[in-house]
Amino acid sequence: MLAALLGLILVLRFVVLPADLFSAKPHQVAATERERAKQASYAGVSVCKQCHTDEFETKSAGYHRNVACETCHGPALGHAEAPKSAKPPAPRDRKFCPVCHGYDPSRPTGFPQINQANHNPMKPCITCHDPHDPVPPETPQECSACHGQIASTKALSSHALLACTTCHEAEEEHKIQPRSSRPSKPDSREFCGQCHSSEHGVSRAPKVDMNQHGDTFLCWQCHYPHLPEGN
Amino acid sequence: MSGSSPTALYEQLSHQLEQVIGYIYPNEVEIQWSILIVVYPFLTGIVAGAFILASLVKVFNVKEVQPTYRLALLTALAFLLIAPLPLQMHLGHPERALEIFLTPQTTSAMAMFGFVYAWYLMGILLLEVWFEYRHQLIVIADGARGLTKLFYRVLSLFSRDTSPEALAFDKRASRVITIVGIPSAFLLHGYVGFIFGSVKANPWWGSVLMPIVFLMSAIVSGIAMVILLYMILSLARNEKLDMQCLDKMASFLFIAVIVDFSLEALDFIHRLYQSEESVKILGELISVKLFMNLVVLQVILGMFVPLALLIVARTGRFVDDMRKLLYFLSVILILMGIFSTRWNVVIGGQLFSKSFRGLMGYKLEITGIEGLLTAIVLLVAPFVILMILLRILPLRRLEDKPPPDAATA
Amino acid sequence: MDKRDFLKDAILFIPAAGLLKTLAGSTEAEASTSEGSGHAGGEGNGAWYGMGIEVEKCIGCNRCVEACKAENDVPNEPYYFRTWIERYTVHSNGETTVECISTNAEPQPEVDDRDILRTFFVPKLCNQCANPPCVQVCPVGATFQTADGVVLVDKTRCIGCRYCIQACPYGARYLDPRSRTADKCTFCYHRITNDQLPACVEVCPTQARIFGDLHSRASRLVRFQRMNKISVLKPDLNTEPKVRYAQLDGEVR
Repeated sequence: MLAALLGLILVLRFVVLPADLFSAKPHQVAATERERAKQASYAGVSVCKQCHTDEFETKSAGYHRNVACETCHGPALGHAEAPKSAKPPAPRDRKFCPVCHGYDPSRPTGFPQINQANHNPMKPCITCHDPHDPVPPETPQECSACHGQIASTKALSSHALLACTTCHEAEEEHKIQPRSSRPSKPDSREFCGQCHSSEHGVSRAPKVDMNQHGDTFLCWQCHYPHLPEGN
Repeated sequence: MSGSSPTALYEQLSHQLEQVIGYIYPNEVEIQWSILIVVYPFLTGIVAGAFILASLVKVFNVKEVQPTYRLALLTALAFLLIAPLPLQMHLGHPERALEIFLTPQTTSAMAMFGFVYAWYLMGILLLEVWFEYRHQLIVIADGARGLTKLFYRVLSLFSRDTSPEALAFDKRASRVITIVGIPSAFLLHGYVGFIFGSVKANPWWGSVLMPIVFLMSAIVSGIAMVILLYMILSLARNEKLDMQCLDKMASFLFIAVIVDFSLEALDFIHRLYQSEESVKILGELISVKLFMNLVVLQVILGMFVPLALLIVARTGRFVDDMRKLLYFLSVILILMGIFSTRWNVVIGGQLFSKSFRGLMGYKLEITGIEGLLTAIVLLVAPFVILMILLRILPLRRLEDKPPPDAATA
Repeated sequence: MDKRDFLKDAILFIPAAGLLKTLAGSTEAEASTSEGSGHAGGEGNGAWYGMGIEVEKCIGCNRCVEACKAENDVPNEPYYFRTWIERYTVHSNGETTVECISTNAEPQPEVDDRDILRTFFVPKLCNQCANPPCVQVCPVGATFQTADGVVLVDKTRCIGCRYCIQACPYGARYLDPRSRTADKCTFCYHRITNDQLPACVEVCPTQARIFGDLHSRASRLVRFQRMNKISVLKPDLNTEPKVRYAQLDGEVR
């Protein structure tokens, strides 16, 4: 009787009942297929450019060349499949662009940022900046346009009244193609000594004996010039 | 938490988000394992501990504890039957729970535990109970009529053999099963400890000592529970307590608490001394979130005070009633302390962020499938099951004389 | 029945079971295309997907977080994220504060610029580990790794035990409250197997995220690994994450 019972169990397990009841693998294969078959929402730049070639070419030459269309216009696969019915929105107000370009101290230096309160208040950004070619109508005069955190820090420091160009020489080209032309940094101790040397420095600046202080290191290897007093 | 509609859940999460101190990964605001998962190791701990107590009689021949042998077995059984319930109720899809047995992933401690549990229940505990009671069930069936007679015939699995050889076989089988059962009981609750101890992502849980600490605290809680039940049942039945038995159990409890405390102290000292990165946030966890639960409930009230009471009971020359009171107080405090231990491990381990930079809060709901009321029901249920079992399976063996009334001193 | 018969029958069970298992095993092998436990699906295209993140390019705009939620039907509430952005601020006194800028929680009070030593954003997501602890602990094999290296969750089999969420050291998983199953980033599996980029990579305006095949001989991801010093999160846990970070600060956990 026991043999019959055991035999029945074996037959049930290995012959009658389906294999996928006892193994996870067929389910995993099926799940992978289901995952693959899911619907996408974003089309991708290569799809947008097939119809919107003009905008794409304009964008490819400008500062937003690496910004995908859907970054600003939202998911557009539905639109790509049925162009007339589902038009993606185009943000036209002042609230959208500062999401990337509003000043935030944690943003990498060199990323163009504006102070929303000061920068052309009330005007929509697109009044002056074509989103597909967002070159500013005038080249910024102030370095703080892209180096906001440095500028904010400096503004609270003892070097607040020093212009950036006092210490850094920058070609105009740097404002247009930042990576093509880098500004210079002072490369001698005597440069800082112009103000800070105890022999011939400027009256307001703290003085130090340039022969004794700091070995032969450049001053900014220890002192942060944008906040020289540390904290 | 599973079971509630999203809106209620979102409200709960928004409250929990407000309790966050410091930085947590955004997904961590939801406490994944609730009070149900605290109740569960508490219940299985009592199972393992009660069985170890029972094994003292069969395997280590500690005759003094014989009066509570059957009670310990039935306690283990009652708690084991309820133990899977909190797990089932906690699952997002309880209807799929059978998958753990059909398609277990062998690398998963949780999956393998299902088999350990099944083995322990069927291979050890039920067999043990059956062999212990077989003879008596036949005798009861012989003396009964109608449905009761059929019921007891079924329970004895229609066995009729009461010959001396059969009885001797029962005794031997019982002994063998208990011998196998001791490591199985260790495995049962040690595995629960392993489920936590193997999680390397969580430094509060992930430790080699975790299975051992879980096991020792299980033994403590099991012995304490049997002592408690023995005292309550004797009171309810108006029977005289066997003081030798009680004293013996209390001395085992004492040793178990000492070992448990030593292990937990070792874990604590080791962590502090090694001073790994997680020690800062864990220190904050204890002082900010767990101080009352850990220092006061688990350590002072749950271990130090009962230890003191037990020492006083052993060394002081007290009358029986005074010792009974001391034991009673100790076991209540110990059981509360062990529940607190489970809380501190399960909930405590989820109150700090894996970024090591923040602490979260846990809002215990009152109602709902993972609420306090459900937990209380689950904690009371084993006692109900035990009451039912005691009606069916008598505590007194055939060869025992009925104990004297409590009134006769 | 006596003991001898019982033992005889029990012993015969073993070869009988073995024989039937072998017969059944040969049909089972045709059904699955995988080797090893926890691996299934994917094609034999040899791909091994990974992601690169350049921390210094991230501007913390959260476009990726929103795109992910839109693409993958993630609950909109701030308690569920497949990817999120953290802001680190290292103060001059050496302390580090972190906040998540993807939840709509109250932003931390602005720090005086003079107190800041360093500050930056770090995108986080499921690391699609090559040695995933979440797959190891799933009791039913509902979460598994595909042959092309993506860890997926089978919503039809997940029992919602939440063990995988506990096992993930990176906080990448959550329980989807609507289906009550575990969920997490899938590298937009439905997109990458269709020649598209994951949504987060697609919309990142500074190209801080790079997606590719770690095994290919020419991909942006491979160049990324050549030109940068690479770190991963929590390397001591030996999860072998496939999300590689460049310029990752030591304060990041």
